[in-house]
Amino acid sequence: MRALHSDPRRITLKHLRSGLVIGTALTAMIALTSCASNEAPASGGSGSAGASGGAAITGTLNGVGSSAQSNAQTAWTKGFQETNTGATINYDPAGSGAGREAFISGGADFAGSDSALKSEELSGSFGACDGKGIDIPVYVSPIALVYNLDGVDTLNLDASTLAKIFSGKITKWNDSAITALNPDAKLPSSTITPVYRSDSSGTTTNFTDYLHTAAPSDWSNEPGDAFPYKTGEGAAKGSGIVAAVTAGAGSIGYVDNSSAGDLSVAGVQVGSDYVKPSAEVASAAAEAAEVDTTREDNDTVVTIDRKPTEATQYPITLVSYLITCQTYKDSAKGTEVAAYAKYITSTEGQQAAADSAKSAPLTGTIASAAQAAAATIK
Amino acid sequence: MTASTAAPARLRAPRRPGDTIFSGAALVGGLVILAALAAVAVFLIAQSIPAFSAEPRQITSTGEYANFWAYVVPLAFGTIWAALLALVFAVPFSIAIALFTSHYAPRRIARGLGSAVDLLAAVPSVVYGAWGIYVFAPFVRPFYVFLNDALGWIPLFSGNVSASGRTILTVAMVLAVMIIPIVTALSREIFLQTPRLNEEAALALGATRWEMIQMAVLPFGKAGVVSAIMLGLGRALGETLAVAMILSPSVIVGFFLLRTENPTTVAANIALQFPESYGVTLNVLIATGLILFVITFAVNAASRAIVGRRGGGKGV
Repeated sequence: MRALHSDPRRITLKHLRSGLVIGTALTAMIALTSCASNEAPASGGSGSAGASGGAAITGTLNGVGSSAQSNAQTAWTKGFQETNTGATINYDPAGSGAGREAFISGGADFAGSDSALKSEELSGSFGACDGKGIDIPVYVSPIALVYNLDGVDTLNLDASTLAKIFSGKITKWNDSAITALNPDAKLPSSTITPVYRSDSSGTTTNFTDYLHTAAPSDWSNEPGDAFPYKTGEGAAKGSGIVAAVTAGAGSIGYVDNSSAGDLSVAGVQVGSDYVKPSAEVASAAAEAAEVDTTREDNDTVVTIDRKPTEATQYPITLVSYLITCQTYKDSAKGTEVAAYAKYITSTEGQQAAADSAKSAPLTGTIASAAQAAAATIK
Repeated sequence: MTASTAAPARLRAPRRPGDTIFSGAALVGGLVILAALAAVAVFLIAQSIPAFSAEPRQITSTGEYANFWAYVVPLAFGTIWAALLALVFAVPFSIAIALFTSHYAPRRIARGLGSAVDLLAAVPSVVYGAWGIYVFAPFVRPFYVFLNDALGWIPLFSGNVSASGRTILTVAMVLAVMIIPIVTALSREIFLQTPRLNEEAALALGATRWEMIQMAVLPFGKAGVVSAIMLGLGRALGETLAVAMILSPSVIVGFFLLRTENPTTVAANIALQFPESYGVTLNVLIATGLILFVITFAVNAASRAIVGRRGGGKGV
């Protein structure tokens, strides 16, 4: 009787395990085939678009990098492969650091990164390049301050107040600093829970850069991809922030505007006005950004103005880069990357990302600078 | 072979190719495992070396940790703390479920319950993570508020209660759910192996069923249950995704269960920081992995020692 007890259950467990393995394998296969189906059958209405002009590009490109760019890269890959049916672009959103690492070692043909190549990285050699790598701004997105506070539909904050909230110096919603900015709001006396990214993130770099630049006396820490304070709640990825703010009454967090969903979004003080994140104000901020002139030609790195005076710009805006070689050792690869970079920076490519990833398209001078840099890739 | 004389000429079985192939394959299998373990250890140690002399700005971008040890000690603490808390919940439940299915439940119910518990082991940890964030953490938060009100004078339950419920206590309970199937399945098999004669002797002496379990089943199964718990502990120490998703982490040492700031674990920290790291920061993360490797190794060695000393651990 005991033997009867034990045996069949053991078998069940084993079956379950192997069932799980088969299930995982199947899912992987389905995922693979659906990826492949993006690539092949787009041949129908392709010839007309002709963004890059010359002969159709063929070959495979592998990119690694920023997860913020992930949705935009998917849109670009799709758009590019519709025009160039022989081309295959793979983008692995493993993270900016992983992307730069893979590109520098020659493991990836291009990288997506929320921060430009660092000076110590530029001083080394690049695996796939004949020379150095360059940065091209391709993805602009505003970072929204999302909060969960019953009965408060409009919330206005400035850099100094935000710095104090996120460093734990302001702990109550009815603190005089907040009520002074929001005379009409009925602010409760409940505790503020600031929610930050627990993983290293370009979103954190941009947010802390804003606080450090716009309110240096309240935020003395240098900007970085790790959040510097231990007060408040950490959450993984943008989706984790949204989940934590949604669940936690009295929480406030920072997240890419495209994932803010139904949460309330605070306005940020610019001059004497309060600006909410949108594609228009982020594009304007990117266009007004200062170009770093200390870098090599075509290495296009910009610094967003964190203290704009006109309410047409949103200061907490993230600019993410495409990192490629100036000159590839393999010239066929160079031609393909150049065509892809031209497509990404074109009006058409930027609009494709704006439609699917809700990013802010590059406009004006920054768009022409990016297009000019993309055209020089060999 | 049938030649019968007494001379004890050793009978040698003819070596069939099957024997040679099988023993060769078994040997290669064993060696590959050892080689893999050695390769992991070599990789961890080689990659860890730069971490021990890392500058503060290389350890994290904030530069708040003076050296590697200031960074890794809180992580190691959090790893062990979370795993021990998980055991506090998992062990009583697991033993109770195992005893119920082996000695109390009617066979049909036992079989159903057994497969249900086994099924828990098949749920991927990402599902536990999502469930933890969206369902379980908001669900337990009111209890936390109550605990804090009623027992806030005990340091464990003091402080401001997390607004979202994503605390180390929540993580420990989710980890407990994840290790219960492991501990339960092993304990049940041990309890079922209790010699029938011992149980019947106890009953014949007038013991109640509970007394019989105390006198016959538990002493017999003790070593096996300890090694089952150690296996569960190993799982809890290494669990990554569920912790990374659910916990609101800080690199701190603190014995608080309900606050927003919680000690985090080595594995979860690596998972969260790895994608955006580069250069020496990567080496630092790998070195924390080495520390986890050492901790897990020590736990396994300890469990081997316990099981070995007590002797009994049949078939585990």
